[in-house]
Amino acid sequence: MKRILVGIKRVVDYNVRIRVRPDGSGVVTDGVKMSINPFDEIALEEALRIKERGGAEEVVVATVGPADCQQQLRTALAMGADRALHVQADGVLEPLTVARALLQLIEREQPLLVILGKQAIDDDNGQTGQVLAALWNRPQATYASKLELTGETARVTREVDAGLETLEIDLPAVITTDLRLNEPRYVKLPDIMKAKKKPLDTFTLAALGVEPRQQLKLVRFEPPPQRQKGIRVKDAAELVDALKKKGLL
Amino acid sequence: MSAKILIVAEHDGKKLNPSTAKCVTCARTLAGAQVTVAVLAAEAAPVASQAAQLSGVDRVVTVENPANLHALAAVLAPQVVALAAPFDIVLGPSTTFGKDLMARVAGLLEAPQVSDIMAIESAGRFRRPIYAGNAILTVEKAGEGKVVGTVRIASFEAAASGNSAAPIEKSTVSVTLPTHTRFISVSAAKSDRPDLQTAARVVSGGRALGSADGFKILYSLADRMGAAVGASRAAVDAGYAPNEMQVGQTGKIISPELYVAVGISGAIQHLTGIKDARTIVAINKDGEAPIFEVADFGLVGDLFQIIPEIERLIS
Repeated sequence: MKRILVGIKRVVDYNVRIRVRPDGSGVVTDGVKMSINPFDEIALEEALRIKERGGAEEVVVATVGPADCQQQLRTALAMGADRALHVQADGVLEPLTVARALLQLIEREQPLLVILGKQAIDDDNGQTGQVLAALWNRPQATYASKLELTGETARVTREVDAGLETLEIDLPAVITTDLRLNEPRYVKLPDIMKAKKKPLDTFTLAALGVEPRQQLKLVRFEPPPQRQKGIRVKDAAELVDALKKKGLL
Repeated sequence: MSAKILIVAEHDGKKLNPSTAKCVTCARTLAGAQVTVAVLAAEAAPVASQAAQLSGVDRVVTVENPANLHALAAVLAPQVVALAAPFDIVLGPSTTFGKDLMARVAGLLEAPQVSDIMAIESAGRFRRPIYAGNAILTVEKAGEGKVVGTVRIASFEAAASGNSAAPIEKSTVSVTLPTHTRFISVSAAKSDRPDLQTAARVVSGGRALGSADGFKILYSLADRMGAAVGASRAAVDAGYAPNEMQVGQTGKIISPELYVAVGISGAIQHLTGIKDARTIVAINKDGEAPIFEVADFGLVGDLFQIIPEIERLIS
């Protein structure tokens, strides 16, 4: 079956103002709204659109994380994913551990394509897609803003510093999404009800034969230095004067 | 023991990207570091000689292969891994080139990667921003083995280009390179303006510019100032400006001397891209916009009147 595997991550919602815990042990997450990482939502939307165009028959969504992640998997099912896979794992999960778990799921599911967000907006690592592609020994096309499947290959337009780059890659492959690939759909209430009946399988890391390894200790979290508040100028002339005085113009 | 650091050079086949000189400065903050720059190219000589002249570089190694004509992560990564054996730390810039490549290198090495390094505190201890720069995390390598990293280039000055030249050594790596990834094209707008990532002055526009046409007043001002032009995500999403102009968490992170934000409200994700600007100017009709919280100089008013007036005043 032509299948797309989408990896998602549960993160602190985009709109939450982040506060560092006073003891420096992390950021405040108690009572904070959690969501699907926005880039992963774009990944799922792209997979659903490919399926709707007839380019795939099944969209499987997967996550690696604690029990609460099932909320985000249910949201993904409500968006339209056919099945969900939850790899239960607690504590700090580094990209290598997550990629190893995803690789095990790939071996079970044999997807045509794996789509992930280009980075998670919590740790901003931006690694999992590339690490997975390396372990899998398959192509990667990161920062995708356009994706066309043509049989055995895909043509991917990537947002790079210079502009837009187009690659042709053999399938299967790993794609990571950039912001402008698509605009994810909203979930409708009846779909939330339907999603409750869709299959959600759980695994443990141990069952997949993955040993979680923490190679980087998280020593300390700190709030960033604050910029001094500046002054208001009344018009363009005062602004230009002020900038000239500072030697900036 | 002094740390051995390998830096993967970013270049376009002719010119070394300034991001590499910033990686050199980052590496040099570690006392006693031995810094080697790797140039992987179809023809390495022009880029290698530029890298060799950077102050703080001890050695340049080149790997020439026709497959290296375009920077494809899947093709470059196994070559970087082959070179990496004697090194403790393998660095690349936190640009789309480096972010794409280094994590693949880390995956092949099964080594930890520290993304967006803003400070090296010791050979195994690094500081980096997380949550769009709303927290700073210190991490420390837990075991033996290499660390891979990407360097947040806005945090470092470029190493100077001096007169002395480090030795350049040709290296041959015997690895099989994949053919599953093929370069088709790159479309970049040709511009005579300074490069956004290294410009001393940047003028940036937001959704309030209203259209691609509205951006013309910014281009005009920027040309008068010798500035690069940037844009907020909202402006890029709306099609007023191309993606390579986006500044912010998921766009470019910049550190100009002067940043002029025009019609940009200042979402957290945008502010994270400009935190290291020396001086920030905000021009916005909404006096309550969050951009004013970080601006050194704020001016409330109609940008379509203010921008041409500024241009007139500095002519």
